[in-house]
Amino acid sequence: MSRAFRFAPIGVLLLIIAALVWRLATPKDNNVHSTMVGKPVPAFDLPSIVPNKPALSSADVATGQPHLVNIFASWCVPCITEVKVLKALQGRGVHIDGIAVRDRPADLADFLARNGDPYERIGSDSQSDVQISLGSSGVPESFIVDGKGVIRFQQIGAIEASDVPMILSKLEQAR
Amino acid sequence: MKRLLLFFALATAQPLYADSNLPPAYWSDRQLPDPRQEAEAQALMDQIRCLVCQGQSIADSDAELAGDMRDLVRRRIAAGEKPDAIRAWLIQRYGTWISYKPTSEPAAWPLWLLPLALLLVGAWLIRRRIRMRRGQ
Repeated sequence: MSRAFRFAPIGVLLLIIAALVWRLATPKDNNVHSTMVGKPVPAFDLPSIVPNKPALSSADVATGQPHLVNIFASWCVPCITEVKVLKALQGRGVHIDGIAVRDRPADLADFLARNGDPYERIGSDSQSDVQISLGSSGVPESFIVDGKGVIRFQQIGAIEASDVPMILSKLEQAR
Repeated sequence: MKRLLLFFALATAQPLYADSNLPPAYWSDRQLPDPRQEAEAQALMDQIRCLVCQGQSIADSDAELAGDMRDLVRRRIAAGEKPDAIRAWLIQRYGTWISYKPTSEPAAWPLWLLPLALLLVGAWLIRRRIRMRRGQ
């Protein structure tokens, strides 16, 4: 056995250590990115869930204007803070539609009364069907849909106040 | 007394789940009446990755979303859809990542070629051995 070969195990060990250090320094992205971005919104027709709030279908998000489709729920804690940011976006003239995942009418009405209501329409997705068909994996998530009904952007997690300029520019691009 | 109360309060505390208040979807934990269809659904569910507990299949996961996905799989199988069509539908949404079944995409080629490469390395090692013996 050659001399260089004898040191191979140490080389392998160093490689493993290097790989571990690299993974520690750049943590893995565990977000599930939807591969529906760039594709048309799949057809859906969700029923209404709270009174005085129209239901949501895929036709309602392709109106010639960009829409922000927010996937949320009254049982989702980060959604409480997000709703306030959405309210600010609504103030800037953004069309916001909601998909309420696995929600109960009374819970949702309470949530909206307590935290504000930026939604033009809310559809009730009681079995996460539409959430899955959009390639979303949790709440909150948001999709920016352009005027032709094509998904342009996916926001994973709550939209923070610091995300507002980015969201507005994505909406502008989707015009 | 206060300590005892605190102890009981802690012992009986309800963990705060980030889950909804709706009951599980109908087919999430219920077998299809047709055993052949149920077997098809089960085989597919074993190969679909849970979006919440990544690393588990939706058949193994207790996450609500996994329950909803089991419901979706069973509903579609019961409606006569082929398992491969359901898998393709999910891959269209979440990428090949969602399926545990290795694909034939270029990214998976090393996986398919590795057994061949290992066989070749083995053959080479044996050849060397035999030559060394002869040399003695």
